[in-house]
Amino acid sequence: MQPILEMQNITKTFPGVNALENVNLTVMPGEIHGVVGENGAGKSTLMMVLSGVYPHGSYSGDIVFEGKPRAFHTITDSEDVGIIIIHQELALVPLLSIAENIFLGHETGRFGVIDWFEAYARSKELLAKVGLHENPNTLIESLGTGKQQLVEIAKALGKKVKLLILDEPTSSLNERDSDALLTLLSEFRGHGIASILITHKLGEVLKVADHITVLRDGSTVGTFDCRASKVNEDLLIKAMVGRELTDRYPARNATIGEPIFEVKNWNVFHPQHQDRKAIKEVSLNVRAGEVVGIAGLMGSGRTELAMSLFGRSWGQRITGEVFIHGKKADVSSIPNAMAAGFAYATEDRKTYGLILIDHIKHNITLANLGAVSKRMVINDIEEIAAANKYRKEIGIRSSNIYQVTNNLSGGNQQKVVLSKWLFAGPDVLILDEPTRGIDVGAKYEIHSIINTLAEAGKAIIVISSEMPELLGITDRVYVMNEGSIVAEMPAQEASQEKIMRAIMNSWEH
Amino acid sequence: MVDVAAQEKKPAQIAKSNDWLKFIQANIRDYVLLIALLAIMIFFQFTTNGTLFMPVNMTNIILQNSYIVIMALGMLLIIVAGHIDLSVGSVSGFIGAMSAVLIVQMKLDPLLSAVACIGLGGLIGASQGYFVAYHKIPAFIVTLAGMLIYKGLALAVLGGASVGPFPKEFQLLSSGYVPDLFAFSIGDKPFNLLAMLIGIAVTGLLIWGNLKERANQKKHDLAEEPEAIFWGRNLLIAAGFLGFTYLMASYKGLPNVLIVMFALIALFMFMTTSTTFGRRVYALGGNLKAAKLSGINTERMNFWIFTIMGMLSGLAGLIFAARLNVATPKAGLGFELDVIAACFIGGAATTGGVGKVIGAVIGAFIMGVMNNGMSIMGIGIDWQQVIKGAVLLLAVFMDNYYKQKQG
Repeated sequence: MQPILEMQNITKTFPGVNALENVNLTVMPGEIHGVVGENGAGKSTLMMVLSGVYPHGSYSGDIVFEGKPRAFHTITDSEDVGIIIIHQELALVPLLSIAENIFLGHETGRFGVIDWFEAYARSKELLAKVGLHENPNTLIESLGTGKQQLVEIAKALGKKVKLLILDEPTSSLNERDSDALLTLLSEFRGHGIASILITHKLGEVLKVADHITVLRDGSTVGTFDCRASKVNEDLLIKAMVGRELTDRYPARNATIGEPIFEVKNWNVFHPQHQDRKAIKEVSLNVRAGEVVGIAGLMGSGRTELAMSLFGRSWGQRITGEVFIHGKKADVSSIPNAMAAGFAYATEDRKTYGLILIDHIKHNITLANLGAVSKRMVINDIEEIAAANKYRKEIGIRSSNIYQVTNNLSGGNQQKVVLSKWLFAGPDVLILDEPTRGIDVGAKYEIHSIINTLAEAGKAIIVISSEMPELLGITDRVYVMNEGSIVAEMPAQEASQEKIMRAIMNSWEH
Repeated sequence: MVDVAAQEKKPAQIAKSNDWLKFIQANIRDYVLLIALLAIMIFFQFTTNGTLFMPVNMTNIILQNSYIVIMALGMLLIIVAGHIDLSVGSVSGFIGAMSAVLIVQMKLDPLLSAVACIGLGGLIGASQGYFVAYHKIPAFIVTLAGMLIYKGLALAVLGGASVGPFPKEFQLLSSGYVPDLFAFSIGDKPFNLLAMLIGIAVTGLLIWGNLKERANQKKHDLAEEPEAIFWGRNLLIAAGFLGFTYLMASYKGLPNVLIVMFALIALFMFMTTSTTFGRRVYALGGNLKAAKLSGINTERMNFWIFTIMGMLSGLAGLIFAARLNVATPKAGLGFELDVIAACFIGGAATTGGVGKVIGAVIGAFIMGVMNNGMSIMGIGIDWQQVIKGAVLLLAVFMDNYYKQKQG
């Protein structure tokens, strides 16, 4: 049988990084093809290449769809031949109806006048196919996430889909909705619609997939035939993480003291969905001089936990207690949290970390202007001296402290964010993805800075999606999944397999 | 690890190896405004047959634009913080009306009434700031509502009629001059020596400040401006200030309102560049989320920015009423447009985080000089508006163009 899709030797590079290297993916007609891999293994990038988000020419390699080589320049190009991608973040307009959403962008009718009767009738047909019994005039916002997912699929069917790509479709669904969705995909098999299922949940993919392709560090590890041979989770996990620890980490020699940061029974609800508990009964502690890691998959609630702790900057209906130096700390607002000696360096430096239009000096002193001013008047000389000190100590590469941060490289931007929080002089520091998107050299430097801080007796929490990094630079690791802490282990005893297994186990129970 | 930073050239060396042209190119946006104002003034000097630079006309330009400049100072803060205030014209009109009610109708003490009026302006600003800051209603909506409310209230308190005239003490705010202590004259024309001395002193202070800053920059190896340009710039500043005070001194001296205006300009320049308050306004306009996560109480900042704007609108309303010597229901009509235009001509960005006090002041004077020059030329109000609109669009277009070129 001829494959419906062949992606051959796909290589995609971003400045400084090889995101994909000679990746191969072959999908047969009417099959469910699982794609699994760790965070950053290249799954999403591969799908963006396939759907034309990264246009033809920005990558090398060939895409053959239905026997013909294809060159997609936009998403519309790939949709025209029947490749439809459904993203993790659903792309529906909440205040429009189901029917309006299904036909958004390719409305039925003539001369720009919409034929609502036809739209309504066809929506009904499509909804029946996905097993959703709702009036097509219902607004999207009144549907739960599971039903919204089905609307997305109905929308795809409306576009005459031949290959459906689902990116983490069940990550925000409960068990019943997940099962219904997977059953639906199995039914599509009979209609000749192939699906690519990208997921972290190995149990699910093993249940429904015909083939599973494993990606690691931007390369294909292999494709397993689930019908021909016995494929199990162990095999997949080994393939996903089976990488040698080639990265080197600076030597650590901080003395670990008493616990200075403790969180007890922390509960947080989602800011938009009042009744969705996003963080569940989290308790953790960090000792002076200790670096503690929080591992977890995307969406496991790590950033949400950190931000809710830092002055309640995420979530609502927050309950629980925080102790700093053994005393109950008031972290009810960001200024209070900072006054208690607490700091949080964001994972998204461009959106939450930096004033991009302003220069290095202003960014470094922003969180602690009081230290360089007297009665609201800023002392220029002290401010310049402070900025220069951090520029030198942290090694920010720029012509001077007046360089606009937007023009710095990712690594140097990260160093500015770090400098800002070091200047604030916290005792407890949460670093969220401190090395995301920066090159190896800068990573090493940031790891060294973290060590220096630990040696100075600070309590440090590092959130990172790179497991080798977490294992390399921390003393102890908490594993998070679905808003709960599901495991805790000393870094020496931890391994990538162990962490993965803890996550997978937490799903099964 | 090898310290790469140490291997890089020091900024001073880079500056020296660069020629002037490069420096001017990099900083063109700072100079282009001033050059534009000068060019416009010289243009009108010719087209009005030398009327523009006459001492009496220069004094007039100051008096006509003082209230716009004063409101532009507050508006700059608002725009830098990422908001807009459409109510400033109505608020200033309403405060002018209130001053007439208090001083003319109720015969209260002018000074006390003036203070009360500025306080009332502050309260109005605070109430608008409350909705913007704590209820997250867009400033556009809140101040659009304020624009209607205070326009209506001005009409109501005046009963639809003009109220005046004001007592002498109150008029001094707009029509008074700093009294001369010396009876001095050049030829047979009186010359206000005190005004000239104040001008010389202020010029001296400015140059001294610049020199101090320069020395400080040199100490930290941050002086990028070539020596010649630094001195040239200071020479121009000195010539401009001294020439201006000379013109003023040879008419009636320094108007009171000019002193008030300069004091406020100096205060706001200091506030925006040297205080934590000013720094935080730029930060929250530049990236609200990052500012918040850096521990800045953005709500309180926004509240105060609007309160300050209200007080300035109140002061402007008093100056305008004192100048006309009557409070009319039409006072303040359309002021908000001139004030907002002044900020954008002066290089403030609609997206927030960018803008300078001096830019807004120059922007206000560009509008003011154009109004004045075109009126003297006898151009009708119809075409004046067309030309002013075109200048605003051109100014912002050029600003964007340079931004992209540099970006």
